[in-house]
Amino acid sequence: MKLDKATELLIYEKASLCRAFEEEVFKNLQNKNIKIPVYLSAGQEFIASTFAVFFDKFFPKTKKQIFIQHRGHATYLAFGGDLKKLILELLGSSKGCANGMGGSASIQCREKNIYGHDGLMGSHGPIAVGACFGNNFPTLCFIGDAAAEEDYFLASLGWASTKKLPIWFIVEDNNLSILTEKKVRRNWEMDDVAKSFGLTSFDIEDKPKDIWETFSKNLIKKPCLFNIRTNRLYWHAGAGIDDPNTLDRQKDYITKFGYEIINNAQRKVKKAWNKCQKLI
Amino acid sequence: MPKTNLRETIKETIRHHLKKNNGLVMGQCLTAVGWVGGTLPELYEKDGMIELSMADVAGGGFAVGAALSGRKPIYVIRYQGFNWFNAPIILNYACKSKEIWGIPCSMLIRSIGMEGSIGPVAGSSHHSLYYRMPGIKIVSPMSPNEFKKVYHDFINNDDVIYVSEHRKSYDNRKELKDIVYENPDITLFAISITRFEAIETSKKLFKKGIKVNVINIFEIKPLKISKKAKQSLIDSKFGGIVLDDDYVNGIAKNIAHDLNLMTNKIVNVIGLKDKSAGFYPQVDNLPPTSNEIRGLIYKIIKKQKSQIKYI
Repeated sequence: MKLDKATELLIYEKASLCRAFEEEVFKNLQNKNIKIPVYLSAGQEFIASTFAVFFDKFFPKTKKQIFIQHRGHATYLAFGGDLKKLILELLGSSKGCANGMGGSASIQCREKNIYGHDGLMGSHGPIAVGACFGNNFPTLCFIGDAAAEEDYFLASLGWASTKKLPIWFIVEDNNLSILTEKKVRRNWEMDDVAKSFGLTSFDIEDKPKDIWETFSKNLIKKPCLFNIRTNRLYWHAGAGIDDPNTLDRQKDYITKFGYEIINNAQRKVKKAWNKCQKLI
Repeated sequence: MPKTNLRETIKETIRHHLKKNNGLVMGQCLTAVGWVGGTLPELYEKDGMIELSMADVAGGGFAVGAALSGRKPIYVIRYQGFNWFNAPIILNYACKSKEIWGIPCSMLIRSIGMEGSIGPVAGSSHHSLYYRMPGIKIVSPMSPNEFKKVYHDFINNDDVIYVSEHRKSYDNRKELKDIVYENPDITLFAISITRFEAIETSKKLFKKGIKVNVINIFEIKPLKISKKAKQSLIDSKFGGIVLDDDYVNGIAKNIAHDLNLMTNKIVNVIGLKDKSAGFYPQVDNLPPTSNEIRGLIYKIIKKQKSQIKYI
């Protein structure tokens, strides 16, 4: 199934909201208004945005559940998590999406079935599989390429395959564990491992068109793994830039759709931020 | 005397959980020969008896996920020593979920202790591993009614409950009552399988004119010490001893410290020695026997009497 322009625009709108949010957080980290470790997802937002639009379009009434880890702001926002509650969470308010206890790494949205993460890397892999087994809801598990190396995550692929669960593992492969590159850590690829466990798997780039066309191959009832190569624009934690030449997919979209969408998103985030700041 | 022993009580409780409460039982090799010491009914995956892969850490996580989905899983760990692999996701997610996210992750962990020629990992109880984590209840039922109480609590609340069982208690039909004499010499606070040795110790020493009170610690965390139990320790001439089937550097010392603060009495501990267990009897590490408990009591009495004499 091809990605049409109207749908691509919807994806870009979601991704722009995520980007505008992360840029605002970046500023608030720099000026020390936020004083906790924060894991920015800028650069990776097209992955969650594409999956979210796909589900909105084809399965709007399906009750799904989503498991995320740190660097999950974009996933939270793309799947409809409340913007203000996320801001309040980062500012330490008890009115935040995780009651002011989750910070950046352990955010959740109960209304959208987005479950928080405990900080034990990759633990949400088996938890997502167990939840999917328990209620058989379509389940999305977003995980980084480093966390996906955890042995218990790999064991989760095996059990999901054995039980033929409706679960999709989405590996956001930015090639980095903090700053250690994948080639230093391992000589194998996640999609190969998934295949060996009997899952359907793919290794693709984070271009919305590629994700869309891959995901629409009648995969909805199968356990699958998508290793999606992406780019982290900012530091592992905090506000900084490791490499100013890192590929930024948003630039292509600005060329294609102009600045209006990103400008609107920035205004929306700024307005929400100012409101939340007054509540603190 | 009750008609059923602890083994049969657990088995029927599990059957009820699967057949009436849409629950799950998850674990490794559940349906193998023996059915976990005869404590499981002969039911299968279609009934909710779920065989997991042999991946211990992930297995704990699968059970946590099932708990998040509201299926009230009973997670069976066949040897308590295997908790070193099975516990991480339970302790770090299930125990924290309600407090951080307001989402209960209610599950019951049936973890089974045993010892004697089973080496450095599988043997004994390891409930101390769980003790340090907030958000968990720890119990150690040794009788049919105690197990029934645990299940009732589990099904009517939304807690994570660690159940420290012991294979040697499965044949027991009796309810274990506290032994409380007036003007006792010493009070034993016994956990898990040591409760049976504590009762035997009390009976034997009574014949020798030493009054040993026995307080059964069934609810370990939060620790429930009744007024009667506290008074027993206050009244004891030579203080108290906490008995455990886990290493002494764990729950036993924590409870001894709590009791000491409550009563200002000296409370000793006896449990597994601070050493690894080997497979042969001469290198094993076993819970305190009645003989060893009596030995410690004599030692405490002798030491304190000599101090009084010196003063």
